Amino acid sequence: MTSLPADERIAGAGLLRRLLIRPELGSVVGAIAVFAFFSSQSPVFRSADGVANWLDPASTLGIMAVAIALLMIGGEFDLSAGVLTGTTGLVMVTLATKYGWNLWAAMLAGLVLALAIGFANGLLVVRTKLPSFIVTLGTFLMLQGLNLGVTKALTGTVQVSGLRRAEGYDGAQALLAGSVTVGGVDFRVAILWWIGVTALATWVLMRSRAGNWIFAVGGNEQAARAVGVPAARTKIALFMTTATAAWLVGSIMALRFTSVQANAGIGQEFIYIIAAVIGGCLLTGGYGSAIGASIGAVIFGMADKGIVFAGWDADWFKFFLGAMLLLATLANRLVRRYAEEVRR
Amino acid sequence: MTPPLLEAREIGKTFGSVIALRGVSMLVRAGEVTCVLGDNGAGKSTLIKILSGVHAQDSGEYLLDGTPVRLGGPREALDRGIATVYQDLAMIPLMSVWRNFFLGSEPVAGPLRRFDVALAKRVAREELRAMGIDIRDVDQPVGTLSGGERQSVAIARAVYFGARVLILDEPTSALGVKQAGVVLRYIARARDRGLGVVFITHNPHHAFPVGDRFLLLNRGTSLGQFDKDAITREELTSLMAGGAELDDLAHELDRHGVAGPAPAEGSAAEKEPVNGDEPPGQGAGGEPALGRRPVED
Repeated sequence: MTSLPADERIAGAGLLRRLLIRPELGSVVGAIAVFAFFSSQSPVFRSADGVANWLDPASTLGIMAVAIALLMIGGEFDLSAGVLTGTTGLVMVTLATKYGWNLWAAMLAGLVLALAIGFANGLLVVRTKLPSFIVTLGTFLMLQGLNLGVTKALTGTVQVSGLRRAEGYDGAQALLAGSVTVGGVDFRVAILWWIGVTALATWVLMRSRAGNWIFAVGGNEQAARAVGVPAARTKIALFMTTATAAWLVGSIMALRFTSVQANAGIGQEFIYIIAAVIGGCLLTGGYGSAIGASIGAVIFGMADKGIVFAGWDADWFKFFLGAMLLLATLANRLVRRYAEEVRR
Repeated sequence: MTPPLLEAREIGKTFGSVIALRGVSMLVRAGEVTCVLGDNGAGKSTLIKILSGVHAQDSGEYLLDGTPVRLGGPREALDRGIATVYQDLAMIPLMSVWRNFFLGSEPVAGPLRRFDVALAKRVAREELRAMGIDIRDVDQPVGTLSGGERQSVAIARAVYFGARVLILDEPTSALGVKQAGVVLRYIARARDRGLGVVFITHNPHHAFPVGDRFLLLNRGTSLGQFDKDAITREELTSLMAGGAELDDLAHELDRHGVAGPAPAEGSAAEKEPVNGDEPPGQGAGGEPALGRRPVED
């Protein structure tokens, strides 16, 4: 393999420039700042127990944020992703407790349903060419109604519970909702799932054909189609990916609490988008990173638990989240300007 | 002699009651540039769309390598080696040069069919260099390239993916003078690599230096196809601007009756180098002169 000599014009400034246009940059700086801040406020925060504590909310959020980041890079939104975590959990618990299904079979049924909903979302967006914001807002509201209506009709209450008695619970619990002990500290096993999802998504984005297509359909769908990129297929697959992630998180949550509320997951959809945006995703698509979205989730987890560790009122959390979002979006806009500037 | 790569014979196309193109003939040989010139509405886009397989002609014959064909679509045209680079370019500004270069035709390797990034970067760099395109860094987003550089990358991509005929839709029209010159140089480079080039433009000053053959269109009909030695830059410009029409316009606008375009440039124009430094529309044709003369004088 011959390597051509580097152009003399990219010497020196190249590294800094390359670093600056990384989509993750803002979130890395933000994460370091937030960690430093809460570490100085509370010694527990920086202890191993503390880390295990704030990595827990970061993990389930991170799995979703990574999937949403892929979708956003592909130029679409999914507002139904949050409520879908509730739907899949409800289906799984209902089938396992009320109808006596084996838990693994119930989980599989949840996956099939999630894939079907993701496919329907994608197909609607691709066929109607309506903004995905509207299409998935529609499915979001429909699922919200279904979750409540069906749960009430079947159980007479707004929750399903008793998963612990289901056949196959112990194995599934260990796999998705258990913990691993590292150096005497219990870490949730969901953290491993999160790391795995992030690694897989990063590989797909950076090192697979599909990754190239995702960037392309989000950057300029017409141009992508003109050079033979299967744009519709790519987008539908992305919606099915977020649905699969919602199923994974819904199953983790259901196994952890052994019950699911009918309103589970509602309101989370924006948190996923916020984490993805803090991680460098552009709202207009075509740019972003899976690692960035994961780091966005870490910031979220640190702030969520850090405020409690520091002994503050949890109300401050929302303020903090809003400020992070604004800062991140402003930083992203600068990056985009820089990347798109045309020198004539 | 080998048959031309691409030939159109008496091609016609109608859209409903509108006759977009009537009896147009042209040919493209390997290693030659055929320029298609015409004003807005002359039928240039319709002709390209027929050549690139987007539309099928209603009358006349379309021949590739001397054999009549009927293309089923742009994909078939591409498979037969006819690549079209449109003015608005199939490029994604936020993606790097190498990602754009291979978009839709990514090389894969290994059991996981991963995108062979190292190969893609190397080939993109080498191909651009072979075309004489001096890109600072193939990792930079296409959005940071100038308009001329983007056109050049699109041309290099078409050449790499096996194009035999390269159709360029107004590649220089949105560019500044220097950038247009850069693109003209790559057109010449593609020609030297043995491709047949169809260069669509409305600027005779861009067409004349690189063209081997000129097809002039006016209102959907052909004003004729001329070899380079059969026409001068002035004749080309005059035909292009509508010849007699322009003379009439000159009469109409100039009460003192100075007839026709000013013949000031004379033969000097023919010797001009292929650098595109001449500002478009400033040469023969006399349009600026007309524009500057106050009518109320």
